[in-house]
Amino acid sequence: MSAAEPRLPDLARVTPVDTVGVEERVARFRSRSIKTASKVAGLRLALSMIDLTTLEGADTPGKVRQLCAKAQHLHERMADLPTVAAVCVYPTMVSVARDALGASGIEVASVATAFPSGQAPLSVKLDDTRMAVEAGAAEIDMVIARGAFLAGDYDTVFDEIVAVKAACGDAHLKVILETGELGSLDRVRQASMLAMAAGADFIKTSTGKIKPAATMPVTLTMLHAIRDHYLETGVQVGMKPAGGISDSKTALHYLVMLNETLGAEWMTPRWFRFGASSLANDVLMQLEKQATGRYQSLDYFSKD
Amino acid sequence: MATKSTLAFEPGWQYDPAPESTDHVSLRDSYGLFIDGEFTPAASGKTFETINPATQTPIASVAQAGSEDVDRAVAAARKAYDTVWSKMKPAERGKYVFRIARAIAERAREFAVVESMDGGKPIRESRDIDIPLASAHFFYYAGWADKLNYAFPGASPKSLGVAGQVIPWNFPLLMAAWKLAPALAAGNTVVLKPAETTPLTALKLAELIADVGLPPGVVNIVTGEGDTGAALVRHPDLDKFAFTGSTAVGRDIMRTLAGTGTPYTLELGGKAANIVLEDAALDQAVEGIVNGIFFNQGHVCCAGSRLLVSEAVAEPLLERLRARIDTLIEGDPLDKNTDIGAINSEAQLARINEYIDIGRAEGADIWQGGSDAPQSGYYCRPTLITGVAQSNRVVQEEIFGPVLTVQTFRTFDEAREKANNTPYGLSGGVWTDKGSRIFKMTGALRAGVVWANTFNKFDPTSPFGGYKESGMGREGGLHGLGAYLDLGMGAGA
Repeated sequence: MSAAEPRLPDLARVTPVDTVGVEERVARFRSRSIKTASKVAGLRLALSMIDLTTLEGADTPGKVRQLCAKAQHLHERMADLPTVAAVCVYPTMVSVARDALGASGIEVASVATAFPSGQAPLSVKLDDTRMAVEAGAAEIDMVIARGAFLAGDYDTVFDEIVAVKAACGDAHLKVILETGELGSLDRVRQASMLAMAAGADFIKTSTGKIKPAATMPVTLTMLHAIRDHYLETGVQVGMKPAGGISDSKTALHYLVMLNETLGAEWMTPRWFRFGASSLANDVLMQLEKQATGRYQSLDYFSKD
Repeated sequence: MATKSTLAFEPGWQYDPAPESTDHVSLRDSYGLFIDGEFTPAASGKTFETINPATQTPIASVAQAGSEDVDRAVAAARKAYDTVWSKMKPAERGKYVFRIARAIAERAREFAVVESMDGGKPIRESRDIDIPLASAHFFYYAGWADKLNYAFPGASPKSLGVAGQVIPWNFPLLMAAWKLAPALAAGNTVVLKPAETTPLTALKLAELIADVGLPPGVVNIVTGEGDTGAALVRHPDLDKFAFTGSTAVGRDIMRTLAGTGTPYTLELGGKAANIVLEDAALDQAVEGIVNGIFFNQGHVCCAGSRLLVSEAVAEPLLERLRARIDTLIEGDPLDKNTDIGAINSEAQLARINEYIDIGRAEGADIWQGGSDAPQSGYYCRPTLITGVAQSNRVVQEEIFGPVLTVQTFRTFDEAREKANNTPYGLSGGVWTDKGSRIFKMTGALRAGVVWANTFNKFDPTSPFGGYKESGMGREGGLHGLGAYLDLGMGAGA
């Protein structure tokens, strides 16, 4: 990152997005046929990019510890599996997750800033963030103030991200746009540019609490914004689609899209994540199928 | 602009081969001429080979029709017209055309594979575009067969008689459908000549036509080279002639038919401008530019072969376009991941390379992207030519390959003027986020088909055809139906 003061970009100059064209492009990604070794490589990569997530009011330390066990022991019967990238929990559960994950190399990500609505004063959002970081979160998933964004109050949205970024310290900041509430791909692209200019390390589609959550057209629009930011500033920003990606085929389509939009540099968990809870087992099932030629029942895959 | 960063697509995640299987395809070693419902050898016994441009290996040998064979085909069409087809109730005629449409849809997979083998186009295109559209054309025109009076209210539409039709090699089955469907639905019989490099799907169509029980002689297919086509257009017993192909041949056809009273339609070359205004959705414009020029290796008469881009966005647009082109996969036409297949023939590849050399000699910058092309087979990498002006030959002449020239403009009027400053006028494209500018630009372009915020979209209901040296008359939609009817308002068509 340059040391320059972050500045709100002129959103009127963000290139427009044609929805019909985006959907056509997405259809091309979906028509790619991924076979044999390239399929196994893609599935393994997808597995390593997962932020294994539980974000429920009913979360308990016990539930979080179970999830952390799953994160470290995805499917013991298969050798040499990668681990997931992170476990994503509420701030109150960060210390539990941190303890449970130990030295596994799996990061703890925490949502913060009055997730999922973001309807709280800035001071509360910053406290929320600091608490999560202090408890051991290496990654913070914040939500933007959608109300302010839709009302045209971009300064508020921008300043909040800048402030949360400062509160994060060394923790990586993922900025959730909650695209299902933004209303158009033009707005998604503008919000992406705003978030990146404010210092986001990652931009993320959704909280998972709003339908639609991640979609390929939305993700493509955000990938284009990431590319524009990179070409203009040299700063690489990561992407995290979250919510609704539950099967391997869809995950592979997302990777095709990433591969053909941002290229090789982004094809790593450092720069791309899937926010998902049930994707991992479907990927494991497909990996078993590739290895053995047979599908197994979901009862053969641990569910935590 | 602190750092100049670029995207890298290699070494990325490479996709393993995903070839479409060919074991379901039935092809004979040799094909005769389809005349009067039967396959027969040419009177001369001459044959020629059709080769797979991706492997340079022969697929089948095909009869080469001479003028004697053309006579026989026209006579069969005349007899079928006089005795069967013109006497048939229109609703019955429509049923036959519907049957052809359904049969193509049922055998779509086989047709797609044969189309890609014979012509070199990617299976993704033959599977998703060529074959479904061919079927759709028959479905569309089948519906009009018994409703001609409603198609042209106030007229008394009558079929013309025997139609001679000559089609090109770029969309072999689709062009056959464009020609046959309206002709048959309107009540005419046909002698069709497919292109010499791509006769196989037309011959498979002949088999299909026999299978669906179309009365013998209603459709006759004669294969051969330019001489065969010349014999057909000169035949005195035609009531209508239709041609899709080069402007040079189109001129010859006009000379031949001048004064004969035979109505004709010509769909010829193009050099379409694809215009990107400064407020366009740039990433979707990039996609449209790619679809405009690299679709079917650029073997498309309406290809968007001249990019005109506003100076205000030229630099970011070209940077994104080059990155996009670098992700295109060139290779085996039968692989489901192939974006750019093989150039149709050795001769066409030589012609394209000659134009690239001309561009270089004219001082233009040549840039080639995409994946590495296979070592054997006829391949040409996707090519951008920048640093050119209206005066350059590569800007003026139709290259008919994956070669895009790039020019910039400052004002709306400059864009319009450059777009129209060509002997052609088949198609055009405009990219802008502003509805009012779409109407202003599309209304100002002298081209038969203009796309806004998309490119190379086809539909049976939409008329297609050109201004100036791009042709005469329209195909598709009601315009295309009317071209095969005497509407009782003077000359047919």
